[in-house]
Amino acid sequence: MTEEEWTAVRLSLLVAVTATAASLPLGIAVAWLLARGRFWGKSLLDTVVHLPLIMPPVVTGYLLLILFGRRGPIGEFLDQAFGIVLSFRWTGAALACAVMGFPLMVRAIRLSIEAVDERLESAAGTLGANPLWVFATITLPLCLPGVIAGAVLCFAKSMGEFGATITFVSNIPGETQTLPSAIYTLTQVPGGDAGALRLTAISIAISMVALLFSELLARRIGVRRVAT
Amino acid sequence: MSLDVDVRHTLGGFHLDARFTAQPGLTTLFGRSGAGKSSLVNIVAGLIKPRSGKVIVDGQPLVDVEHGVFVPRHRRRVGYVFQDSRLFPHFSVRQNLLYGRWFAKGTGGASGDFASVVSLLGIAALLDRRPDSLSGGEKQRVAIGRALLAKPRLLLMDEPLASLDEARRAEIMPYIERLRDEAGVPILYVSHSLSEVARLATTVVILSDGKVAAVGPVTETLPLADSDDGGSVLEAVVSRHDETYRLSILTSRAGELQVPLLPAPVGATVRAYIRARDVMLSLQPPQEISALNVLSGTIADISARGAQADVRLDCNGAIVLSRVTNKSVERLALAVGRPVHAVVKSVSFERS
Repeated sequence: MTEEEWTAVRLSLLVAVTATAASLPLGIAVAWLLARGRFWGKSLLDTVVHLPLIMPPVVTGYLLLILFGRRGPIGEFLDQAFGIVLSFRWTGAALACAVMGFPLMVRAIRLSIEAVDERLESAAGTLGANPLWVFATITLPLCLPGVIAGAVLCFAKSMGEFGATITFVSNIPGETQTLPSAIYTLTQVPGGDAGALRLTAISIAISMVALLFSELLARRIGVRRVAT
Repeated sequence: MSLDVDVRHTLGGFHLDARFTAQPGLTTLFGRSGAGKSSLVNIVAGLIKPRSGKVIVDGQPLVDVEHGVFVPRHRRRVGYVFQDSRLFPHFSVRQNLLYGRWFAKGTGGASGDFASVVSLLGIAALLDRRPDSLSGGEKQRVAIGRALLAKPRLLLMDEPLASLDEARRAEIMPYIERLRDEAGVPILYVSHSLSEVARLATTVVILSDGKVAAVGPVTETLPLADSDDGGSVLEAVVSRHDETYRLSILTSRAGELQVPLLPAPVGATVRAYIRARDVMLSLQPPQEISALNVLSGTIADISARGAQADVRLDCNGAIVLSRVTNKSVERLALAVGRPVHAVVKSVSFERS
């Protein structure tokens, strides 16, 4: 393994963990809105959330570049107000991964919230819990397996994200060159096969560990939370 | 405490238009399924917002549509025991019990003492178990305890025994009686079972097609209930026990009753529930018959029920209901005001 390959692995893990952790609170909130909310524009929100799943990743990446680039409306504001620059930085890669993983995360969490018995929530309400407490003490613990599944899906998607990332933040070694970009680069140069294979093996290993970890966690929670 | 309900609501094609006042003790909402009992309880609990009207507890409005008042369910302090116990599956029994108490901290009110509620309901041995390992009857007792520990001003029970078999019902009824007599929390109890109502109710509200058909003490209102299994309730006192024939002799307003030995001390008050179909009518004082109990009275009302008729008797101020065929009404020329003798074939007892 060369130093450059290790860097790509570390960077990918950092990007995927950041993307997952940062989008999880919003993902839970949106999933709850879609599962339990009754408001105007709900199907519009549903469509917007699912867009990255059906659009070509390059299109998503290009839209991110237009919006969050240094001259883009949001990017310019973030730069001037907070000094945050996303384009061509690893944080931009995390944003691209979060956007691409978001529909998968929301879908899994939404399904598990819908599976929580609403009658338990109204029972908690009559016992004095306000809606926020009901969510924290009843809904969230009961849909935790779905939250874990959603987070793992988002993490796995982030580890493999290529099109949107390379379009938005390019392929800069040490800054935005994630595992898939590194593999792609290696396949473009003569004699890069060995390196590409090594990274491929690492990529497969990380995905399997993530899956096993989530299964284990879901099972431990499942044992304690068998519905009556 | 008082509960005043005066609401109108529409659900699909069903119209609810109910008005009643509940007294302290246990008030049953009685009626066939679809009569609007559960909707009414859900309105009191805050799970349904009525179209118009108001619900007032102790002078404080929970809902007053005309004045724009709607107290959200979590601020009502109205305990709710559901038909399906709705225990939280991810909590132990103890955590379930303490759930509402935590939110009720510092609010004062009756029956907040954990140990006394646990012993009242006999659930001390279950505290560390998970809800999924409990029997149906145990679940309901825990659900009652959970609602009580939230220090409610009013306890709602929506057919809490409906999902249980006869043995489990018999297991829980005494706890509900103790609750009514000891916990000091007024109870609004939904039921379509006459025997439950006869045993538990202080006041009965009879609902029919979304409207209140009658309100009053159980002895007066139960005979008015529109039910295939109708009957009447007599308040009686155990006057002595006859050990030779293993009988208990009771005195009621309607007269003396002799019944198989009751496990109740002399002087105890019991409720005798007499099913209408177990009462025969005779114009002459019947002689040489096997039935021990014959009550005399005058006919107060006759209402037709298909091929049969319900004859309401006034026995010295107490009501006894008899169900006879229309043919018998004609043959005996039964009419309001006519004195008759009621032969009671069997009596079932509910301790009160």
